[in-house]
Amino acid sequence: MDFFHVLVVLLESTIRVSVPLVFAALAGLFTERAGVFDIGLEGKMLGAAFAAGAAAAVTQSVWIGLIAAILISVLLSLVHGYASITQRGNQIVSGVAINFIVAGSTVILGEAWFRQGGRTPALAEGARFQIVNFPGADAAREVPILGPIYADLLSGHFLLTYLAFAMVPISWWILYRMRFGLRLRAVGENPGAVDTAGISVIWLRYRAVICCGILCGFAGAYLSLAMTAGFVKGMTAGKGYIALAALIFAKWRPKNVMLACLLFGFLDALAIRLQGTPLPLVGQVPVQLMQALPYILTVILLAGFIGKAIPPKAGGVPYVKER
Amino acid sequence: MSTPYAKLPGWVEYGLVPLINLAVAFIVAGLVVLLVGENPFEAAYHLINGAFGRGEYIGFTLYYATTFIFTGLAVAVAFHCGLFNIGGEGQAYVGGIGVALACLWLDQTMPWYVVFPIAIVGSAFFGALWAFLPGWLQAKRGSHIVITTIMFNFIASSLMVYLLTRVLKPLGSMAPQTRTFAEGGQLPKLDWLLSIFGLNIGTAPFNISFLLALVAAFAVWVLIWRTKLGYEMRTMGHSPSAARYAGIRESRITVIAMMISGGLAGMMALNPIMGEQFRMQLDFVQGAGFVGIAVALMGRSHPGGIIPAAILFGVLYQGGAEIAFEMPSISRDMIVIIQGLVILFAGALENMFRPAITRVFAMRGQRAAAVVQTKGA
Repeated sequence: MDFFHVLVVLLESTIRVSVPLVFAALAGLFTERAGVFDIGLEGKMLGAAFAAGAAAAVTQSVWIGLIAAILISVLLSLVHGYASITQRGNQIVSGVAINFIVAGSTVILGEAWFRQGGRTPALAEGARFQIVNFPGADAAREVPILGPIYADLLSGHFLLTYLAFAMVPISWWILYRMRFGLRLRAVGENPGAVDTAGISVIWLRYRAVICCGILCGFAGAYLSLAMTAGFVKGMTAGKGYIALAALIFAKWRPKNVMLACLLFGFLDALAIRLQGTPLPLVGQVPVQLMQALPYILTVILLAGFIGKAIPPKAGGVPYVKER
Repeated sequence: MSTPYAKLPGWVEYGLVPLINLAVAFIVAGLVVLLVGENPFEAAYHLINGAFGRGEYIGFTLYYATTFIFTGLAVAVAFHCGLFNIGGEGQAYVGGIGVALACLWLDQTMPWYVVFPIAIVGSAFFGALWAFLPGWLQAKRGSHIVITTIMFNFIASSLMVYLLTRVLKPLGSMAPQTRTFAEGGQLPKLDWLLSIFGLNIGTAPFNISFLLALVAAFAVWVLIWRTKLGYEMRTMGHSPSAARYAGIRESRITVIAMMISGGLAGMMALNPIMGEQFRMQLDFVQGAGFVGIAVALMGRSHPGGIIPAAILFGVLYQGGAEIAFEMPSISRDMIVIIQGLVILFAGALENMFRPAITRVFAMRGQRAAAVVQTKGA
């Protein structure tokens, strides 16, 4: 296999594994910009994936699956919102709790309802997302260089994949060009000022949390309705935490979020690709090192050695109105 | 954080409020059991029977509790300093290296009472080492401790897979684990302790590290409430700015608190490695680091609360296995749900019922005051 072909295959799988990261990291972007830390991305994604798999298996409809995913994810977000906005509880603790509740209940409910060892039944063609092929993709494949790029990189993905990458400029537009976004960011930096302007901090934060739920719903639906045909227990496998890392790595900015997710996705794809093959100069790289690399990079970034990641000022602090 | 709640009597604050939160968590868990189509009371019966029904079961319950005392104390120590150490899982995992090295080095030549102290130091050292970097990064570079400790959990997991598949695995073996230790690397069971109560330990791996956990709990109490360092830690936890004005060296205290926390988490590794399996396996921590968060929240970060909370989770782990055996539709993942619910209700929503409880006690207080007044007049 020549180098170009390998590169195209690698980039294609990079895109495939980055999609849930992009959705989840953008979800985190909305809440964290509004001053609500969210460790529960993992749990929401997992819950959404399960809801999608279960609903699609029962109704044989991919759209009902998607809606179920979004509903469950928003519901979990609201639990997090209730604990951290209304009850002013510790946001980290709440996120951890949600992760556990979901990790356990998806297995228990899945086993009780479908009896397939925590899986949902494999989905038929109509009940999952299909690959979208651009016109003339097969014919164009023969064209050197541009052909494979068009046929394999641009065409041949799921609808949700295109949506994920479209969400990046959309999120940017919402956060930086809409009044809602301006207020949302303000509430994460200085909620007192927003309150003084007569805007409800509580309601604004709830809306941010709901946005987060919707996007996590897409992330989960992608996992169980597109990437695989059905839900498998624990299928998020730490992707929520990687998304969190990507969000910090991106310094809470939409475009950087996409790039960070693509970078972490690329590392993931590369790790699978390189398993057992020695590299020139360095010899064989342990696959574990490649797997740990996103986390190591994030720690190095957090340490301030690659720029400085400054979180939203009011992040993690519940808003108390009096005084 | 501003708490606009009136001060409640001690027994309400440390007894009633956690109990109510716990009860709600269990009621919600019962609803899940109902949803699965099983009887929650039957499940509760199997839980209690599975945890206490026989000497052997009690041995298992206390074996799990031992693990959770260590991880609960680890989380609590960091809590007192205002730090949320989510990395107990990784610290315990890496702490295993210290235990394994001590055992692999000395198990064939030395008796357990020589190996054990070395393993204690080793586990605490490696655990503290894994907590040192996040602590240092928080103190010196302002990196958020929650995020760094999460990252370190994943890094620890990759590191341990690497070590167990490439370095610590004996030659010619396929399984990712160390060799089985000889007698020197095996802790004696506490069968005599149970036989005082007329119980037979059976095959339960309840071992001497339980006593170490109790000693550690006492040591943590002394540290937090009876030493200068503990006072400084609590000051920092309550008000970092007050600590700064008082001339407490924040970064030093942060790093020390994290290392103590990591050391305690690391010592957890003694229990499964030297006490049960007599070898280090992949994933031997099995989420105990996260259970520590629930235990510390339940126990209100006080050793006197952590020990019962750890025993409660021991009951859940051991009794949960019995439920899974008796009622096949409820697997051990039920424990994970309960754990999450306890963290939610005892942690994030701890103040949900407080206004109502405060009101009840305020009313009682008023009535008592009224009685005193009428008597006085």
